[in-house]
Amino acid sequence: MDKYKSRDKPERVDSHESRRDFLKTSSILTAIAVAPATVAKAAEYNLGEKISTAFETTPVNLTVNGVKKQLSVEPRSTLLDVLREQLDLTGTKKGCDYGQCGACTVHVDGQRVLSCLSLAIMQEGKQVTTIEGIAKGDELHPMQKAFIKHDGFQCGYCTPGQIMSGIACINEGHANSKEDIKEFMSGNICRCGAYPNIVKAIQEVKNGGQQS
Amino acid sequence: MIQFQYERASTTKAAVSALANNANAKIIAGGTNLVDLMKRNVMAPTKLVDINALPLRNIKQQNGKVIIGALALNSQVADDKLILEKHPLLSKALNAGASAQIRNMATVGGNIMQRTRCSYFYDTALPCNKREPGSGCGALEGVNRMHGIFGTSEQCIAVHPSDMCVALVALDATVVVSGPKGERRIPFEDFHRLPGSQPEKDNTMQKDELIISVEIPDNAFSKNTHYFKVRDRASYAFALVSVAAALDMDGKTIKEARLAMGGVAHKPWRLKEAEKALAGRPANEETFRRAAEIAMQGAKAYKHNAFKLQLGSNVIVEALKNAAGIV
Repeated sequence: MDKYKSRDKPERVDSHESRRDFLKTSSILTAIAVAPATVAKAAEYNLGEKISTAFETTPVNLTVNGVKKQLSVEPRSTLLDVLREQLDLTGTKKGCDYGQCGACTVHVDGQRVLSCLSLAIMQEGKQVTTIEGIAKGDELHPMQKAFIKHDGFQCGYCTPGQIMSGIACINEGHANSKEDIKEFMSGNICRCGAYPNIVKAIQEVKNGGQQS
Repeated sequence: MIQFQYERASTTKAAVSALANNANAKIIAGGTNLVDLMKRNVMAPTKLVDINALPLRNIKQQNGKVIIGALALNSQVADDKLILEKHPLLSKALNAGASAQIRNMATVGGNIMQRTRCSYFYDTALPCNKREPGSGCGALEGVNRMHGIFGTSEQCIAVHPSDMCVALVALDATVVVSGPKGERRIPFEDFHRLPGSQPEKDNTMQKDELIISVEIPDNAFSKNTHYFKVRDRASYAFALVSVAAALDMDGKTIKEARLAMGGVAHKPWRLKEAEKALAGRPANEETFRRAAEIAMQGAKAYKHNAFKLQLGSNVIVEALKNAAGIV
């Protein structure tokens, strides 16, 4: 048994490592092949400071829920994937991943946006707030409390996006009537049977004069 | 999403150079349409040029026109005091489009450049002359409920999806673009093109040009405007038919009118003959019906969108009644 293990383990590690090494090497080669020309061109055309080649990760500075983060991302990484997979902030949900459901709604520089359609590399220097960042310690945000009070969720999957959108809806000045709320919450499309309860929760927070 | 190079342009010239030097480069601003299309492999640019650092976000009044920077956000324009005062039709059209989250990301330039939402364009397993020239049109004999009734061709019957653009064409806007040879001004009506035999070309811009701004000349249409959008659900859906209507009224008489439709053609569809039929006439149902009849002349339906002929006519009448305040 031991013999088998000791023989098996290094082999597996070796093959794993060698594949990884191959990928690393080929990425570096690609980067080398692409980078000089790109850099030269950038200087020539007076392009901006940051250039990322296709297979290269680029440093990005974000402030997420008040904490500064220096990350390394591929150009194609979305903000949603970086939040969930690099920062382990899984409160923000991946619903449709094509900008149609609103489950991935977060605030960037105070504005609600869809993190699934936002490239992380384009958020350099920005402030990102997710559902994990709205409570003050153990004290829930008034919108979270109101959602619980009015049962504004069913399975709960859409709820983080709903709450982030609900807070923004009030801050934008678009929560003045039921009709207004319905219209301006229409980007959060999955609400099961909780539609009226969500509207009630937003109205309560709005009438309490609470801002995020 | 396939990999791509990413650059940040710090000047308009740099962005234009980046386009001129890479046939597969695309400009990215809000990314709400482009990132979606890249995720679905409908578009696969090898380079993205991020123009968000360019100083193109302002909305200002200058020399008898309102100038809107290409990077102004849809939500910013919709809520802007100057726009609400001078061109409320634009604000109404913007708020009828997309969702609050998307309007916070999408830019004016990007909205103008957005591609059709035709399901055959989006599905890479199906033929589409717009996505892959020469592959055929799946919509022609397929499920074409959302498709065009004006200016379609045997190659393509897709419609332009923007609400904002319907208002802009009615308001006689001009698109200012910048290219290697400097700036150029394109009347909004001539910006988007009909499919003809080259449906892959959405507009009359050159590959190495970049939208800088949109200009709307001052007009007398701010008091009587309406944007009426009919869609499959109450909000957050593309138009089956939409109508932008603006009237310059003298008491109960229409001095001048502006009328345009969305969801019916490969471009925002201006209705100039119907406008002529409204000028000088009393604002009433009879006038509006006659204008709608003229507007719908030449419309041609396909198997599943014949309902748009009657719907279009009715939406025109309702939009005009609302604009005139006689509902």
